[in-house]
Amino acid sequence: MNKTIGDKVASRSRRRFLAGSAAAGGGLALGFQLPFGIGAAEAQGAAAGPEINAWVVVKPDDTCVVRIARSEMGQGTLTGLAQLVAEELECDWTKVTTESPTPGQNLSRKRVWGEMSTGGSRGIRTSEDYVRRGGAAARMMLLQAAANQWNVPVGELDVANGVITHGASKRSTTYGKVAAAAAKLTPPDPKSITLKDPKDWKIAGKPVKRLDTLAKVDGSLVYAIDVSPPGMRSAAIKACPVFGGKLVSFDESRIVGRPGSPRAVRVNDATVAVVADTWWRAKSALEVMPIVWDEGPGAAQSSATIAERLKDGLATDDAFAARQEGDAQKAIAGATKKVEAVYATPFLAHATMEPMNCTARITADRAEVWVPTQNGEASLAALSEEAGLPLAQCEVYKHPLGGGFGRRGGTQDFVRVAAAIAKQFPGIPIKTIWSREEDMTHDFYRPVSQCRMAAGIDGGGKLVALHVRVSGPSISGYLTPSVIINGRDDRQLQGYYAKPGDAQLGYTVPNLLVEYALRATHVPVGPWRGVNTNQNAVYMECFIDEAARAAGTDPVEFRRGLMQAHPKHLAVLNAAAAKADWGKPLPAGVHRGIAQFMGYGSYSAAVAEVSVSDKGKVRVHRMVLALDCGHAVNPDQIAAQVEGSVAFGLSATFYGECTVENGRIAQTNFHHYEILRLAEMPKVETVLVPSYDFWGGVGEPTICVVAPSVMNAIFAATGKPVRSLPLKNLQLV
Amino acid sequence: MARLNINGRIRDIEVEPDTPLLWVVREHVGLTGTKYGCGVEQCGACSVHINGEVRRSCGIPVGTVKPTDRIVTIEGLSPDRSHPVQKAWAALDVPQCGYCQSGQILAAAALLRKNPHPTDKDIDDAMTNICRCGTYQRIRAAVHLAASARESPAARGPAKA
Repeated sequence: MNKTIGDKVASRSRRRFLAGSAAAGGGLALGFQLPFGIGAAEAQGAAAGPEINAWVVVKPDDTCVVRIARSEMGQGTLTGLAQLVAEELECDWTKVTTESPTPGQNLSRKRVWGEMSTGGSRGIRTSEDYVRRGGAAARMMLLQAAANQWNVPVGELDVANGVITHGASKRSTTYGKVAAAAAKLTPPDPKSITLKDPKDWKIAGKPVKRLDTLAKVDGSLVYAIDVSPPGMRSAAIKACPVFGGKLVSFDESRIVGRPGSPRAVRVNDATVAVVADTWWRAKSALEVMPIVWDEGPGAAQSSATIAERLKDGLATDDAFAARQEGDAQKAIAGATKKVEAVYATPFLAHATMEPMNCTARITADRAEVWVPTQNGEASLAALSEEAGLPLAQCEVYKHPLGGGFGRRGGTQDFVRVAAAIAKQFPGIPIKTIWSREEDMTHDFYRPVSQCRMAAGIDGGGKLVALHVRVSGPSISGYLTPSVIINGRDDRQLQGYYAKPGDAQLGYTVPNLLVEYALRATHVPVGPWRGVNTNQNAVYMECFIDEAARAAGTDPVEFRRGLMQAHPKHLAVLNAAAAKADWGKPLPAGVHRGIAQFMGYGSYSAAVAEVSVSDKGKVRVHRMVLALDCGHAVNPDQIAAQVEGSVAFGLSATFYGECTVENGRIAQTNFHHYEILRLAEMPKVETVLVPSYDFWGGVGEPTICVVAPSVMNAIFAATGKPVRSLPLKNLQLV
Repeated sequence: MARLNINGRIRDIEVEPDTPLLWVVREHVGLTGTKYGCGVEQCGACSVHINGEVRRSCGIPVGTVKPTDRIVTIEGLSPDRSHPVQKAWAALDVPQCGYCQSGQILAAAALLRKNPHPTDKDIDDAMTNICRCGTYQRIRAAVHLAASARESPAARGPAKA
């Protein structure tokens, strides 16, 4: 193997960070080593600057380095957080760069950077306050340093773009020049910090360019799958194809002598690995190595057996009633009109473009991983456990993720597997890469789910009663079983909550019963971008359209009648409807559908324009999405997330489905787990209606309205309601 | 042993002839801008140019590549991100996670070489790589922008949304 990859992997940002850290001294120098033989001299010789506080380093050339604790997986959080810090810092945006502290550094500095976990669309909304305070505190210290130097009251100074001026004496200086002095000052009392009113923002709130684009257009960005520490070997793995099955034996003798000196090792009770000098040689050897599995009882499971179990959950009388207002069942029985429908959605794989991978190096007293992770601290904990070493002797080098979507968060199976392999080759870095087939068949899937909906409509066409019964596996029940008692899992009812602020149902129905029947399966489940809002929005929003039709009312008018007590939901519905010219004529054969829902603290609505050919082929021509995420930190990147959410949502709508045959996932690669391609991408128009009185999420909220708006447009086109996904399985006309 | 011309440089590589070009480029040559996504020529993350044509390198045994074949990876598309496609991608902030974008950019560059003024339909037909983040709307806009920039340097201004 050559050296160029090893050199490259000491990624620029990390090298800069190490350099800055070394110069800053103090706590930052604790607990980590320089990766890949970058010498301390080289690190210290690089351009460095004083750390003003944990969030801001200012170099002599006025470069402001903003520390970003959350993970970047494409969602733009890195740029958004930097905008918020820079806004309060009053620095020159063109001189802002970023670097990422490691989880080990966070730990050794008493978690000065707070939460590193990046999921639930929380990256910005749950750190905006303290990162802005970090920027403001740094600004105050830099100004104070200038005031001290000039011996004038700090109140007489002005600052803009990192240039400090004293009008009375016509003096000016720059952040870079006073940074060393500022770094020695006592930080201001947090209570003395006043944050800017968003209406005065100059950097935040603006559609500035992403800070991480350039390395993504020339192939230079180093993803974890690209690292190559000196002496590295690569591992290919195979886990028992049936969930819950075991590895019985494997015959290493059959791969001896193959190119790359492959070695086979047991990883855990269900997984075997082959390690060789390259991944391709490891994978080729693994494919010819005989392996004996004990598939276990899961092998008897199939999509049909699972569907039966869920169907039982729709009728059982021991479901968890999360909301009981009035008497829904009685009101439905006595209603003028009754509407009923049963819906179903399948298991889905994440299919991040960068397959699961992790590189680990473990010695008797140190463990390190290079990993794409949504939760660096969970990676550190998993590594510590697997390596059997204290946290302080472990380190995690976070790389930009080639997609996350919830797959790279809490489970940390990728770190555990990589560490379990590396432990058996002390001191040798081992890069474990899941083949696409392993990745797709050993995911933590979006849960399969079914829902029975029943409604009562009175003589005036008003929805007076609604009974929602969801049945399926529980994500919390699978990942953290101890927290779910007697199947009482509110999270599976995300989007139907009474409580405002997070995922509140936007409708007022006098008689409402919302229930969940936990029906576990042997298939692992986990969060998938948008999590349960996706399925729950399909059920609610498609059924509301069915109810509207039964009531003889336009779907938008019908919703408005139920939303008067939910003005934020209603404003977003209205924004989408207005932008999409709801009610106005469309070209022949084109039909509209609408949906609205709330998740991750944000309000979303979508209008889809769809045609259905006489052979049942669906074409989505245009989608208008409206979003109130409270504060809009970067409108262009929010639009990018909305556009991406349409593609993500449409992939699930048209194609997404993991079926279970003989206990295993039948889909192994993109030829039968299809992803939307460019030719099918509709024109997307994003309408942002930020109300600036809360902070909502962006990465996930709009996905859930994509499928139901399209399904409702198909209903409008064909007159037949769509009640299951994906569309590829349905005969629509 | 394979003799390859990659980005204008001749390299002799000790490797089994059935090894896919993708893995030779990544693991033996060390050019990691070419990505592994599926291994079955479905996603296009591994796209490279061979004699000016865009090809999915995960399905090409290195033994079938001739020493005279000119292979260009993302690292060799331009020395300084100056290719009109790269400039358009940056101007419109096309990438999200970025993992598929080497392949998308090479597919777009190959399209524009053959067809300097592609219609939306031409783009639909040529740009078949998977982007899981869903950057397709911006990819389409950036291909049009790159086409207009190639036509006239003066047109390389900010793009229409």
